[in-house]
Amino acid sequence: MSAPLLRMTDVHVRLSGSHILQGVDLTVRRGGVTALLGRNGAGKTTTVKAVLGLVPSTGVVEFTGDDGRTQRLSGRRTHEIVRRGIGYAPEDREVFGGLTVAENLTLAERRDAPAHHDRVYELFPELKQRSRQLAGTLSGGQQQMVAIARLLLNDNQLLLIDEPTKGLAPLLVAEVADVLARAAEEVTILLVEQNLTVVRRMATDAVVVDQGRVAWSGSAPDLLADADRTRELLGVATSGGHA
Amino acid sequence: MDTVVLLAITGLGLAALYFLVASGLSLIFGLMGVLNFAHGAFLTIGAYGTWWASDHLPGAGSTGWGFVSAVAFGVAVGTLVAALIELALIRPLYERHIEQVLVTVGLSLALVALVRAVWGADPHPFPRPEWTQRTTSVLGANVPNDRFLLIGSALVVLVAVLAFLRFTRFGLIIRAGVENRAMVTALGIDVRKAFTLVFAIGGAFAALAGALGGIYLGSISPGQGTSLLIFAFIVVVIGGMSSITGAAVAAVLVGLVQQFANYYAASGVGDLSVVLLLAVVLLTRPSGLTARVA
Repeated sequence: MSAPLLRMTDVHVRLSGSHILQGVDLTVRRGGVTALLGRNGAGKTTTVKAVLGLVPSTGVVEFTGDDGRTQRLSGRRTHEIVRRGIGYAPEDREVFGGLTVAENLTLAERRDAPAHHDRVYELFPELKQRSRQLAGTLSGGQQQMVAIARLLLNDNQLLLIDEPTKGLAPLLVAEVADVLARAAEEVTILLVEQNLTVVRRMATDAVVVDQGRVAWSGSAPDLLADADRTRELLGVATSGGHA
Repeated sequence: MDTVVLLAITGLGLAALYFLVASGLSLIFGLMGVLNFAHGAFLTIGAYGTWWASDHLPGAGSTGWGFVSAVAFGVAVGTLVAALIELALIRPLYERHIEQVLVTVGLSLALVALVRAVWGADPHPFPRPEWTQRTTSVLGANVPNDRFLLIGSALVVLVAVLAFLRFTRFGLIIRAGVENRAMVTALGIDVRKAFTLVFAIGGAFAALAGALGGIYLGSISPGQGTSLLIFAFIVVVIGGMSSITGAAVAAVLVGLVQQFANYYAASGVGDLSVVLLLAVVLLTRPSGLTARVA
């Protein structure tokens, strides 16, 4: 059995005196979509940031790339981690509002590999039309397209996507889910998502975080099929809705 | 009319000096969040480097291309010192802003003390190419040519830095980094290289201001950089903490207000007027005249 793509072992994060992650252990297997679920403030976003070194953490984070080599990510700088083939779309999109759409994409190009502008513009034709528009003047949905386009521009092995449908209109949620489902055919995704409809559609595995620890992990369809467990872990019913 | 023209062009010349110092300060603060109190020392290094080179460096002198070589030497030394300071002292202190401020304040004192120890505290006459000592008649006013040199140099720097920010990858990284440094690193970019580059560019501009300030004032002294730095900080705040174009506009405002107030009110009122201008801008536009970097 091959090593998981990503493994976190006993990861702790303390921020401003608060013990946010209290020994997270999780694995992301190669291929498919692993949904990272949990109530607000459970530690989902901090878990993703700990993978990237965006918050100070202790514990071990390991990444086994396509070449089969396992590399320790913990202790490395964020840009070094990302260059191993890990793309990141943060919770609030964080596009560069003072740059044009085209400049946002140019900035995301990695120097050591070809960038797939054609692929991105095929998925999001609207971005091509708006390539000279400042990203700060785009709608929330369009900014999310830019954030996802930055991910798909490069050949990544793992995408860390934090609440891509947050604050979007239902039509845009479906559009974003479509694009991510297409992306998931080629690349592994660790998806933080509150919208269980999106999770049900995309996720193969699920990890539930509660109070800074992993409370449950396993098959996403199994979790969502068990209404009592879903209600207990996420505090919601499984018939659509938000966690 | 001729007095107004002379005051205006002299004010613009002074604005050029302020802009050269403030543009570097602005980029450094915008990208790195570092309030660089050692920036005035880069100006002093540039001035003394140029002054020393004009006498000692083979091929350099106080006129023509020899003077250009002397200025290039002064700017190169200022650039090198700035880059070394960033690598050795600022880089280990990223995200530790209080320590950074303490280090840059200490450096500003130490570097000025070093210059004073080596060349003394007294002012030295600065080499001034003959053309800069002549005047040109503009609308009846006899304007010293050094003002045009200052204004021209600042315009070249302004255009060059805007083109750099607009058309180069490093410029793109700097503009993005000013907005959201963490996200730039999350795209796989080593933002530390941009930090060093920005610090070096700031050092180069300040050193150039030192050389041009020497021409403008006719002499150099160890504390010159520090006094110009105060007005440069005011320019940065008025312009918007990380805006190059804002710094250019603010420098012009400060230079003109200072000159006209000093002449039409009383000597010294110019400085007071600049502080009042700062207060008015902070009260009406707390984030400065413009918030965009370029």
